[in-house]
Amino acid sequence: MQYRVLMRVNGRPVERETEPRTLLVHLLRDELGLTGTHVGCDTSQCGACTVLMDGRAVKSCTVLAVQADGHEIVTVEGLADSVDAALRYGGLHPLQEAFARAHGLQCGFCTPGVLMAGADLLSRNPDPSEADVREALEGNLCRCTGYENIVAAVRLAAELLRERQQAGAGRPAAHAAGGGD
Amino acid sequence: MIAEAFDYERADSLEAALAALARRPGAKVLAGGHSLLPLLKLRLAQVPLLVDIDGVGELGGVRVEDGDLVVGALARHRDVADSEAVRRGWTALAQAASHVGDPQVRSRGTVGGNLAHGDPASDLPTAVLLFDGVLTVASGAGLRQVSARDFWLGPFATALGEGEILTAVRMAPLGDRAASAYRKFPHPASGYAVVSVAAAVRLDGEGRVAEARVAVGGATYVPFRAAAAEAAMVGVRPDPPACREAVADLFAGQEPAGDMYASADYRAHIARLYAADALAAAGAAAAAG
Repeated sequence: MQYRVLMRVNGRPVERETEPRTLLVHLLRDELGLTGTHVGCDTSQCGACTVLMDGRAVKSCTVLAVQADGHEIVTVEGLADSVDAALRYGGLHPLQEAFARAHGLQCGFCTPGVLMAGADLLSRNPDPSEADVREALEGNLCRCTGYENIVAAVRLAAELLRERQQAGAGRPAAHAAGGGD
Repeated sequence: MIAEAFDYERADSLEAALAALARRPGAKVLAGGHSLLPLLKLRLAQVPLLVDIDGVGELGGVRVEDGDLVVGALARHRDVADSEAVRRGWTALAQAASHVGDPQVRSRGTVGGNLAHGDPASDLPTAVLLFDGVLTVASGAGLRQVSARDFWLGPFATALGEGEILTAVRMAPLGDRAASAYRKFPHPASGYAVVSVAAAVRLDGEGRVAEARVAVGGATYVPFRAAAAEAAMVGVRPDPPACREAVADLFAGQEPAGDMYASADYRAHIARLYAADALAAAGAAAAAG
């Protein structure tokens, strides 16, 4: 059986015929070439496959592509574009920038999923405590870093976002797009 | 991992979902998919047809109706955990929902799916049992109500029959000068409950327990209400020593289960500690109003 799905992925409409058993992560990676979303454990434990579905972090290895029909998906490739240009630096989302600055990764395998889980957190909580960040990242496993720098990076990203949002709010709109990219 | 092939049908109403289930023996309901999809991917289960009810609006939502909490089958764990009304009046349920899986799982997983899956180590059944939840089950013959005490029959076995759909669970409020709490000892790898306890306390005008409830999950094949402990709490002030004394006979009439992670004795020991802690927390919250 084939099923026609129509969804928005990183802001663009995507239409595909797919088998109902196809997982969202495989549609993203194999059909759309969005290989930033990783398959780690494939058992909804590790969080490497985390994407945003209607703004909420979900594990795309445990969502059927047909379940995403009619929904809005954001992968790590679309993360930067999901915020205003004024909030970016060097074309990066503040989370990406903060992970580079705070050395929030080593091998980088888990990083796309961590970024997406972090994005969900920051959309709800602009000033998360260390405990808030650790709780929000409970579903993301990192085998390298021991999480210290990851947590620091998410909190730095929150700080960058708050600063730029405040700066943006205080400037005339015509000048608000000078984020460096 | 890829599941065995199955057909897929999306229902836009409860009637359409029931009709689709009736047409195909062995067909299963798909909601959030966070219990079912892992089973299908591991090929521990095979289905001829999944009937996706995720878009059936009438099955969603968390609301208070005539004072009772009504949680639709499609409510996500995250919605229950974040609901102000649930946190205030049905605290143990909000806390239990906040312990399910991890944030991503709570974004997708549904209350109905969790309850219908019937995992004895899951969080929500214990809390629903605490609040004497009444589950609404729909079939071609209409609706029927099943009390939480009759819903779970064994590990992964429920009162749901072939072709039936759990649509909602209803829970009455605890009343004035009452509060509840949930405590869980999670397995460090899986996060499932080695033991979990939901407790509620209602105080009289003197600060003594007028009514106590204790539900225990994870320790037996089906979550149970600890009647002896509930009775022992009545009339006492719910301070920690009194709570510890009251739960001495927590497993009266029950057989705690052991496995390679936790022996039966260890589970029973931990359950008593957590039950006393949950009761004391509920008592303190009830006294604080």
